Amino acid sequence: MATNAHTDLRTLHTDVLVIGGGPAGCWAAWRAARSGARVVLADKGYVGTSGATAPSGTGVWYVPPEAEAREAALASREALGGYLADRGWGTRVLDQTYANLEQVAQWGYPFPLDDQGRQRRTSLQGPEYMKLMRKVVKQAGVSILDQSPALQLLLDDEGSVVGAEGVSRQGDERWQVRAGAVVLATGGCAFLSNALGCNVLTGDGYLLAAESGAELSGMEFSNAYGLSPAFSSVTKSAFYRWATFRYEDGSLIDGAGSKHGRSIIARHLEGGTQVYALLDLATDADRQYARSAQPNFFLPFDRIGIDPFTRQFPVTLRLEGTVRGTGGLRLVDEGCATTVRGLYAAGDAATRELICGAFTGGGSHNAAWATSSGYWAGEAAAAFALQQGRQSHARSAIAAGGATQSGSQQLDSRALIQAVQQEVQPYSKNLFRSGEGLDASLARLDGYWRSVRQSTPATNAAEQLRAREATAMLATARWMYRSALARTETRGMHKRLDHAGEDPAQQHYIHSGGLDRVWTRNHRAPWHVPALQAEVAA
Amino acid sequence: MIELVSAERCINCDLCVRVCPTNVFDAVPGDNPVIARQQDCQTCFMCEAYCPVDALYVAPFAEQHIAVDEQALNEDALLGSYRRAICWSPGSRPQPDQSFRLLRGG
Ligand SMILES: Cc1cc2nc3c(=O)[nH]c(=O)nc-3n(C[C@H](O)[C@H](O)[C@H](O)COP(=O)(O)OP(=O)(O)OC[C@H]3O[C@@H](n4cnc5c(N)ncnc54)[C@H](O)[C@@H]3O)c2cc1C
Ligand code: SF4
Ligand code: SF4
Repeated sequence: MATNAHTDLRTLHTDVLVIGGGPAGCWAAWRAARSGARVVLADKGYVGTSGATAPSGTGVWYVPPEAEAREAALASREALGGYLADRGWGTRVLDQTYANLEQVAQWGYPFPLDDQGRQRRTSLQGPEYMKLMRKVVKQAGVSILDQSPALQLLLDDEGSVVGAEGVSRQGDERWQVRAGAVVLATGGCAFLSNALGCNVLTGDGYLLAAESGAELSGMEFSNAYGLSPAFSSVTKSAFYRWATFRYEDGSLIDGAGSKHGRSIIARHLEGGTQVYALLDLATDADRQYARSAQPNFFLPFDRIGIDPFTRQFPVTLRLEGTVRGTGGLRLVDEGCATTVRGLYAAGDAATRELICGAFTGGGSHNAAWATSSGYWAGEAAAAFALQQGRQSHARSAIAAGGATQSGSQQLDSRALIQAVQQEVQPYSKNLFRSGEGLDASLARLDGYWRSVRQSTPATNAAEQLRAREATAMLATARWMYRSALARTETRGMHKRLDHAGEDPAQQHYIHSGGLDRVWTRNHRAPWHVPALQAEVAA
Repeated sequence: MIELVSAERCINCDLCVRVCPTNVFDAVPGDNPVIARQQDCQTCFMCEAYCPVDALYVAPFAEQHIAVDEQALNEDALLGSYRRAICWSPGSRPQPDQSFRLLRGG
């Protein structure tokens, strides 16, 4: 069935192209359409099931606009995030998330009622939420392209983004969308680690943007690992707060825990000792409510006939990378513009340091960020595109990815994927970082990059996609480790064995970018004032 | 990963082909879809949730392929169990999400 004919180039003209249809992309598409723009939404998979939210579900950073509750919500994260977050952005996100979830309620999402009969909006069931988002996006008049991964952006001769090109992988045809503005909502990069819903998330958006000259920020905060049963994809970690961690014989492992104490779990796993979990700290009420809260958590257990509350099971830590990290494309204004004209970023594709600094994990910031940043990016992209008018379609466009694979060798994408995984998945390399280890990994990764540059693009859609995913993972790993090398301290999720402890002099962001030569640059934002001073000022 | 398209149950609607995020199935004109790229399955259970007749079974093993026995799955009421759990089966009573009663975060 796979041919390399590629004679079929489907071309569409629109105002706004949104790439990636998770929550961030859906909100962007909906908002842009509501602003009067014509919108195309292209997803690698299927809008409604694809991405991290759909199969997982999310807690949401939803805090009613009451001064005390808001203050507590912002304050609780400051130290956790290594004092890199900005209260201004935090407040904006809380406001926008509050408004957006009211909208979700009006669309008919079945929020549960508490004993006072009030709706509780702090949790969204993934399949239900994303099915609803697909429906409202369609109703708003957005054209959806499912199973249509974008492979590269289109630039005009002034370097503005004017669309994208990709493939339709169920027909092996190519598509091109010419647009006045593009929103990247391609999610993060989890390096094909089989974490729940994450294998579509290979950092494609970072690569597409960087090929167009965009910059990243916070890529050192990219080593989130999710707890799951060893055999399973289900990295739903919240219920491990009820876990005791044990050896095979049932004896307790000293200091191991799901929040503090993950390092101890990792150390054991790394040394070849299987770690087991038993959710014996759950109360009867917890056990009663847990199933309705996270039906997917129980699937693997039900299917192998284990009750996790009474029988211990083996666990592992799967790399979720930037999906529950905070690094991503650097934003330059409140409309989520990147450093490239016509290009916007939202959700996990963008940096979340602005609201949670150096650490996310539990706390529901990612879902709040996805809906808020999607909303803003859609609004700003629509305004930009409508103000441009249609003239951008008349301009000539060049494909920005063309230069990356510019040799003649065959690229073995599967081998490249494995090679990159070997640098980023081991806890000894990525969770526990050191200058020496990072240097050694970077030397190998830079070598792989040179071989990608000497390769030639594949001819059929499936292989082209795999090559782009492998290349995006490789590029992501290089930005990650260069940034990690530049941060000679331990802050948030970034742990350096050779630089334990936070260094007040490094309370800044680390921007990064570049392809052949990866660079980093420190950036101290106005809100990066030492904690003590901030307290005095307040 | 995905292990079963039940020939007995499948009505060839090809919904699973459309919704699978990693494009694991191939449609076959006039016949049941086939599991064409099992190694690409990310064990996300979404195809099961969307199949209107509970014809699919995703085994809980992310990295390991296992043989499954349709009759045993039937007897253990595992076909369609995820669809029932999220209340997407026809006639299933909605179960309100009780997350808010549990500890916050995560
Ligand atoms: C198990 C798990 C539990 C989580 N729990 C929580 C929680 O409780 N609270 C919380 O706040 N956050 C949580 N998160 C994080 C949260 O799911 C993400 O932050 C959120 O999904 C980000 O939304 P997004 O739209 O940016 O990306 P995603 O939902 O990941 O969607 C990205 C989309 O882009 C598409 N795409 C990728 N590449 C391309 C391409 N080249 N072309 C076209 N489309 C492309 C993908 O197919 C996908 O549909 C969890 C994550 C996981 C994995
Ligand atoms: S969704 Fe179910 S019924 Fe439809 S084709 Fe797939 S397996 Fe068959
Ligand atoms: S479990 Fe997910 S990835 Fe696997 S076949 Fe079903 S929908 Fe596709």
